[in-house]
Amino acid sequence: MSDARFLCLEKLTLSYGKNVAVPEMNLDIGKGELVALLGPSGCGKTTTMRAIAGLMEPSSGAIILDRVDITRTPANKRPVGLVFQSYALFPHLNVYENVAFGLKLMGIRGKKLDDKVQEGLRTVGLSKFATRKPAELSGGQQQRVSLARSMVMEPKVLLLDEPLSNLDARLRLEMRTELQRVQKESGVTMIFVTHDQVEALAMADRIIVMLDGHIEQIGTPEDIYNRPVSDFVADFVGFENVFALEGRKLKTPTGTVELSDTPPRDAKGLAWRPSMVTLGDGPFEGTIRGTSFAGGTREYLLDTPLGPIKAECDASLPAHEFGSVLKFDLPVTKAASLSRVGSL
Amino acid sequence: MTNKLFSPIILLLVLAFLIGPFLIIIAASLSAGETLAFPPQGLSLRWVLKVFEVESFRASFGISMFLAIGGTLAALILGIPASYALSRYKVPGAETIRTIVSSPIIVPGIIVGLALLRYFVVPFNFGILFALFLAHTALILPYAVRVVSASLNNLRSDIEEAAVLLGSSRIGAFFRVVMPNIRGGILAAFILGFVTSFNQVPVSLFLSGPGVRTLPIDMLAYMEITYDPSVAALSALLAFMSLGIVFLAERFLGFSRYV
Repeated sequence: MSDARFLCLEKLTLSYGKNVAVPEMNLDIGKGELVALLGPSGCGKTTTMRAIAGLMEPSSGAIILDRVDITRTPANKRPVGLVFQSYALFPHLNVYENVAFGLKLMGIRGKKLDDKVQEGLRTVGLSKFATRKPAELSGGQQQRVSLARSMVMEPKVLLLDEPLSNLDARLRLEMRTELQRVQKESGVTMIFVTHDQVEALAMADRIIVMLDGHIEQIGTPEDIYNRPVSDFVADFVGFENVFALEGRKLKTPTGTVELSDTPPRDAKGLAWRPSMVTLGDGPFEGTIRGTSFAGGTREYLLDTPLGPIKAECDASLPAHEFGSVLKFDLPVTKAASLSRVGSL
Repeated sequence: MTNKLFSPIILLLVLAFLIGPFLIIIAASLSAGETLAFPPQGLSLRWVLKVFEVESFRASFGISMFLAIGGTLAALILGIPASYALSRYKVPGAETIRTIVSSPIIVPGIIVGLALLRYFVVPFNFGILFALFLAHTALILPYAVRVVSASLNNLRSDIEEAAVLLGSSRIGAFFRVVMPNIRGGILAAFILGFVTSFNQVPVSLFLSGPGVRTLPIDMLAYMEITYDPSVAALSALLAFMSLGIVFLAERFLGFSRYV
């Protein structure tokens, strides 16, 4: 079944001179998937995307798209679209001409060209702006033009580089649903690069978390959010209390601590979200060193023998005083168990 | 109080200093008398009309136009790719290249002219017109590189990648999306180069030979023999031509943005 292996990266190695940015990456992406490449800056996600687009030549390995090896296919011959972070619209052309640019190069002319451009503009809701120059558009509108310009080419894969990072908060929400809609309606395989876990969780069917050039975890948003496999992913998705295990004990900066329950046998570490920490009862004690009100909840920073612990409770409960000592527990049953703890 | 009084006065003095000679030349060219003099003796257009009758002026005007247009075009053909490489790629020794390219501005024209004469015209027996063409191209090149670089640096480089991903070749992307967006800069460079070449004296002085003279050199030669106001009339005409070009450029291209 090739649909699940529509786009395959096989032992793909990408380097800048002698610096290997991405070593031997293997990845399969299914047809019609909306995938997020998530990771901090410098993790190799943009490099990977540029390699898929053909803007960067791999030093070894292969890229297979729809059963065709495109590793050495030049960028202008690949059925791949890319929406740039800065949109990269052509400043001397108006919206219509920007969208028509690629189609004209394909030799499409006359009514067919006009139909395709109009349809592209309609898809992103910009029919009325056809004669505007890019400089006369807002960021969100430029983004849409850029999206339409790539979509009219009917690429097999559409890549988006940080598609929401240049938009303000409200537009970001709007554009999220817009991108999802365009993707579902057209069925195009879409890969977007982001450093924002909220964006990735909200939009993607599947998330690929990258760190230092390798894939740290692949999974559905639920997998990534609830069952992170490593300390890095755990921390990235909001498990702010992450510990390595030493045998059945928790490793802390000052030594080891016995837990109230037995951790899973294959776990190398445990992680708790602030909301998973039981406050007011338990075997441990901590001093409140900071509080912050976050609407529905109240967050506490505790100074404890285990190191700093972040805890959270319902904001309707009476607030604890700064400096007061609180009992708490890290319940093993709630914790995410990590199979890798790289940096602890 | 003093400031309010002084600044307009200083401004007027500076303007008089800058524009004064120009006004004197114009006035002198309208003289009815036989010699170059200020204030003019009477008013007439006879010297302005005479300019068009002097045979050697017509020939040297042609040569100057050829050098200004040809030299500028040659400088742009060399300068645009050079600017592109300097602004888009990590060229080894980019700073050195930039310095070498700008050196004709820094080195006095007299030295450039003498060097070209001594090491090109004399040993290789270059034609005078060809040597002049080379010299003018070299003199204009720094302006071309500087002005075109400025507009290239204002242009995002990812639009070229966008064009490539939409099916254009690398070279195609340059002509389809880079050139149209630096057109203003190229025109500005052309005008600057044209004016620089047309007004060039020291380099041309060394390289001009029998029968091949640029207009400024010819005017100098003319004045050594004939001291009539026709040279003033020609200067005034040339000044108006330069002024007209710069005015049109500013009007249609926003010239001052690029320089």
